[in-house]
Amino acid sequence: MPSDLPNVNERPSHEKPIEEIKFWNDPAKRAMLFQILLVLVLGTFVWFIGSNTLNNLEQRGITTGFGFLNQEAGFGIPLSLIEYAETSSYGRTFFVGLLNTVLVSVLGIIAATILGFILGVARLSDNWLIAKLSALYIETFRNIPLLLQIFFWYFAVLRSLPSPRQSIEFLGSYLNIRGLSMPAPVAEPGFHFVWIALGVAIVASWLVTKWAHKRQDETGQIFPTPWVVTGLIIGLPLLAFLVTGAPLSLDHPELRGFNFRGGMTIIPEFVALWLALTIYTAAFIAETVRGGILAVPHGQIEAASALGLPKTRTLRLIVIPQAMRVIIPPLTSQYLNLTKNSSLATAIGYPDLVSVFAGTTLNQTGQAIEIISMTMAVYLTLSILTSLFMNWYNKRVALIER
Amino acid sequence: MKYELQPTLPPPPNTIGVVGWARKHLFNGPFNSIATILLAWLAVTLLIPVIDWVFISANWSGTTRDACTGEGACWVFIGQRIDQFLYGFYPREETWRLDLSFVLLLALILWLAIPKLPAKGWAAVLTLIVYPIVAFYLLTGGAFGLVAVDTHEWGGLSLTLVLAVVGMVASLPLGILLALGRQSDMPIVKSLSVIYIEIWRGVPLITVLFMASVMLPLFFPEGMNFDKLLRALIGITLFQSAYMAEVIRGGLQAIPKGQYEAADALGLGYWQKMILIILPQALKMMIPGIVNTFIALFKDTSLVLIIGLFDLLAIVQAATNDPRWIGYATEGYVFVAFVFWLFCFSMSRYSQHLEKRLQTGHGNRA
Repeated sequence: MPSDLPNVNERPSHEKPIEEIKFWNDPAKRAMLFQILLVLVLGTFVWFIGSNTLNNLEQRGITTGFGFLNQEAGFGIPLSLIEYAETSSYGRTFFVGLLNTVLVSVLGIIAATILGFILGVARLSDNWLIAKLSALYIETFRNIPLLLQIFFWYFAVLRSLPSPRQSIEFLGSYLNIRGLSMPAPVAEPGFHFVWIALGVAIVASWLVTKWAHKRQDETGQIFPTPWVVTGLIIGLPLLAFLVTGAPLSLDHPELRGFNFRGGMTIIPEFVALWLALTIYTAAFIAETVRGGILAVPHGQIEAASALGLPKTRTLRLIVIPQAMRVIIPPLTSQYLNLTKNSSLATAIGYPDLVSVFAGTTLNQTGQAIEIISMTMAVYLTLSILTSLFMNWYNKRVALIER
Repeated sequence: MKYELQPTLPPPPNTIGVVGWARKHLFNGPFNSIATILLAWLAVTLLIPVIDWVFISANWSGTTRDACTGEGACWVFIGQRIDQFLYGFYPREETWRLDLSFVLLLALILWLAIPKLPAKGWAAVLTLIVYPIVAFYLLTGGAFGLVAVDTHEWGGLSLTLVLAVVGMVASLPLGILLALGRQSDMPIVKSLSVIYIEIWRGVPLITVLFMASVMLPLFFPEGMNFDKLLRALIGITLFQSAYMAEVIRGGLQAIPKGQYEAADALGLGYWQKMILIILPQALKMMIPGIVNTFIALFKDTSLVLIIGLFDLLAIVQAATNDPRWIGYATEGYVFVAFVFWLFCFSMSRYSQHLEKRLQTGHGNRA
């Protein structure tokens, strides 16, 4: 036995008083000190940046503040959902841009969701060809930058359309380099009955659904709810439309000089952006959907068939509700991505928030700090709202384990 | 009387071979049969013109647009400009420096990626610390007898790679600090990290680039000028570090709690615990996630064209406006798309492969 080992039988002496813990060895005090230092360093940095910025702005003769929002903008915007003229204020350009962002995002989200769900399910199909084609689509479009896709649709496809005089004509619409001019529906007096009928149909569908559930709970009989609801929603407004004597007229576009007047025109910038956003995001949504469906354990499907549920009801009652739990969180973040990506509009001149407000308005007024902050605040608000929704949803659908 | 076992009969002919495969995978049921026929017809009618345009009737050789006579693509345009697309306006006699730095990078990445090669730690140190310094002097020059090349002359694919690689390497340490901050017990550190991460993740990269190009010069004293490339790099790094932080946080959370507790029980301090125990395990699990964010960053670098840098997409876009080559925009875009696709697809395959390999090693990852 080596002799240099301490003798275990000898008790350690307690004669030496235990030293006070030095404050730099006390984790709590150390954490406090570190945080105070961090705040000091950050504060100095912010102060340094702030004072530099004020100095620089003063030297360039730029006044700070939001007063510029009331000045006259003096530039035109090709697409606006609200009343806008060159005499409108810079503040109004903000809302025009914001609404255009919302427009392309909402339409993009709808189209990408439909396309993405179809592709995601198709990739899991038993049919070899369907699965492979879907995989080919996803792997191609997911790996090409969105900006390039926007450029392709805008510069290579839509720019090669003919001039207004040589427009491609179909169904009373004209397709040319300036966009797609279509007949615009104009509501005549009496059209509001159709809206009322639609409202009635929605309320009736809700009542029917409730009643059908109750009946199924009591008697076990299944009511063909989807068919009845579809019939109501389409049929009632159609009936009202026909009874009131089709109160809808069309405003046809006409060629005057070099361009079309009247009707409604979808500008090519919108089409290019919308197409690219839809095609790109659909590839990501498809992968999300596939992941969600694969996450449903196979035992669930086997158990459903053991209970004797037919295939469609297995899908509707067993697979989809469980898959949605997995799909929805990444899906909302894809929606958020699409909204943020719509800011690429500025590269082709679609008048969205970044293009109009952080582009033209910024260049004209030079109020960089205010404008960039306002723009960032809009996107930030959207993203915070989305994450609040996601937290709420996750809590709602969380598995309650016994 | 027979006592030998009868030989097994062959399976019915329509369940084996090509016919059996087609019956099982293409024509099982009326719906699938109709879908197969429709889609096959659609694919053939769409793909044949594309293949014809890209390969069969395309023009491959020549020097001017007169060489493009066929109905197909005019690859002469790409061939004539390939130097510019790859190197931008970098002086032609100096392009070996770009080549050398990317070959070095490729060698280092292969060393890191191929499991059989030894001394991964040294490879990581070389890649993350030594290589950036070497590459910086190789690319900018102005020292060791190399001619100085201004960043205005950078462009093309090499600029895209510089943006992506620098953005990645620079955001890694920042991302690690932010992820640790978000997991920290210190309330101020934690809330500052959360605010930073959520702000950058909440805004589009384009506004970040706008901010970097318009607001950054205002933030620093007069006379302190950043060039355009540096401003874009700062913007990209700040943006990317927030995404990186979230990937790393995922890795940190996947480490079993026992590892933290064991490190505490051994009396390791915070940094010893993190550097010796947690991060080496977490980083390994995070590689697929890191590769995925790298793919996103690589695609996003194309946005720098909006603030006036000539990356691959921007330089091709500019070339399609050249009067000598007008009308060949599609060829240009197809070329760029192919280059991006090649990089992104191979990286995503690698990350999928890693995910599979890691999953067998770590049972605790559901």
